Amino acid sequence: MYSKTMELWVGVFVAAGLAALLMLALKVSNFTATSGESGYTISARFDDVAGLNLRAPVRMAGVRVGRVSSIYVDSDRFQAVVTMQIDDQYNNIPLDTTASIYTEGLLGAKYIGLEPGGDMEALKQGSEIIITQSSIILEKLIGQLFVKLTGGSD
Amino acid sequence: MMNVIRILGRKSLHSFGRLGRGFIFLLQILTGIPQLFKRPRLIVQQLYSVGVMSMTIIVVSGLFTGMVLGLQLFNTMQDFGAEQSVGSVTALSLVRELGPVLTAIFFAGLAGTSLTAEIGLMKTTEQLSGMEMMAVDPVHRVIAPRFLAGFISVPVLALMFSAVAIQGGYFVSVSLLGLDSSVYWGQMQNIVDWDDDILNGVIKSVVFGFVAAWIAVFEGYDAVPTSEGVSRATIRTVVHTSLSVLGLDFIMTALMFGD
Repeated sequence: MYSKTMELWVGVFVAAGLAALLMLALKVSNFTATSGESGYTISARFDDVAGLNLRAPVRMAGVRVGRVSSIYVDSDRFQAVVTMQIDDQYNNIPLDTTASIYTEGLLGAKYIGLEPGGDMEALKQGSEIIITQSSIILEKLIGQLFVKLTGGSD
Repeated sequence: MMNVIRILGRKSLHSFGRLGRGFIFLLQILTGIPQLFKRPRLIVQQLYSVGVMSMTIIVVSGLFTGMVLGLQLFNTMQDFGAEQSVGSVTALSLVRELGPVLTAIFFAGLAGTSLTAEIGLMKTTEQLSGMEMMAVDPVHRVIAPRFLAGFISVPVLALMFSAVAIQGGYFVSVSLLGLDSSVYWGQMQNIVDWDDDILNGVIKSVVFGFVAAWIAVFEGYDAVPTSEGVSRATIRTVVHTSLSVLGLDFIMTALMFGD
């Protein structure tokens, strides 16, 4: 009943399972993107971060330079504090960089866009971005538009 | 009236008794497992008959599940102009839900029933009592390796199922329907998270493997030692495993992805 071919098949079985796990790790999930990700964290305050998710990309000139690592409300100033993890290779981002929340396409996911300023000093671990622009909320925008349109016709 | 209440009492005593026997039996199995590592042949043999024998059907059904998902999602989402999300939705539904659950249910139908029938027949033909006569503990010698093999096989099979199904979805949506290949994989990698999705899916299938293997060996061991009893035990294996897998899946989904 016990034979070498049986061992061989069990070997194939286990190897196929490991290969499946490897495929799920490397091809399907963000395992390669998150593992070994080192970087420094910076923070920024926004009046409104509606729609921004954890792990949302942080982009500069359209290129992903980091990700959002946490979002919470500052209970003193009632503003949203977003901390971002920026990859180590981008270590010369000027201190007076502007952070804005943009939407991918018209209805896509939110991301943070950085527009570099002209400061000689660079952002480092724990720095805070002072100039920020909150996310544009489509409903508010449409509401304002309606007010304007109806106001104009009168 | 009295009769109805008496029947109710008898039924509940019966189920509590079975539940208690099940837990004691599980403890006996678990104490037998350390000794098993000294005789890996027993495990290899059972992994062959439980795991390897289920591999073909799991791979084939995984392939078709993925292909159907790809086809349905692509056609439906095209109406909303969201066919780019086919890859991520396929992968998420597979690694979170379909992979672990379908594998566990297939496993109950394939290997679970064969374990129950085998053990039940051993009991009916008094092979288990014969072992006890020779001072061999049947729970350690016969049941424990079968339980362990089932417990190991389900997560491995679930991983295979998900991986093959994602390839099946790729085949349909990319090769047949003309979605861009890098969109399929890229959207998937953006959305699917290693910890939140894949590891939670593996945890699910480990729990399902434990439950499926436990129910299968217990029903066999607890079967009424007649041919009818064995046949009933086999039915109970499928019913109980499927129901507990679906129930546990809901609880675990609520805990893991509830926020």
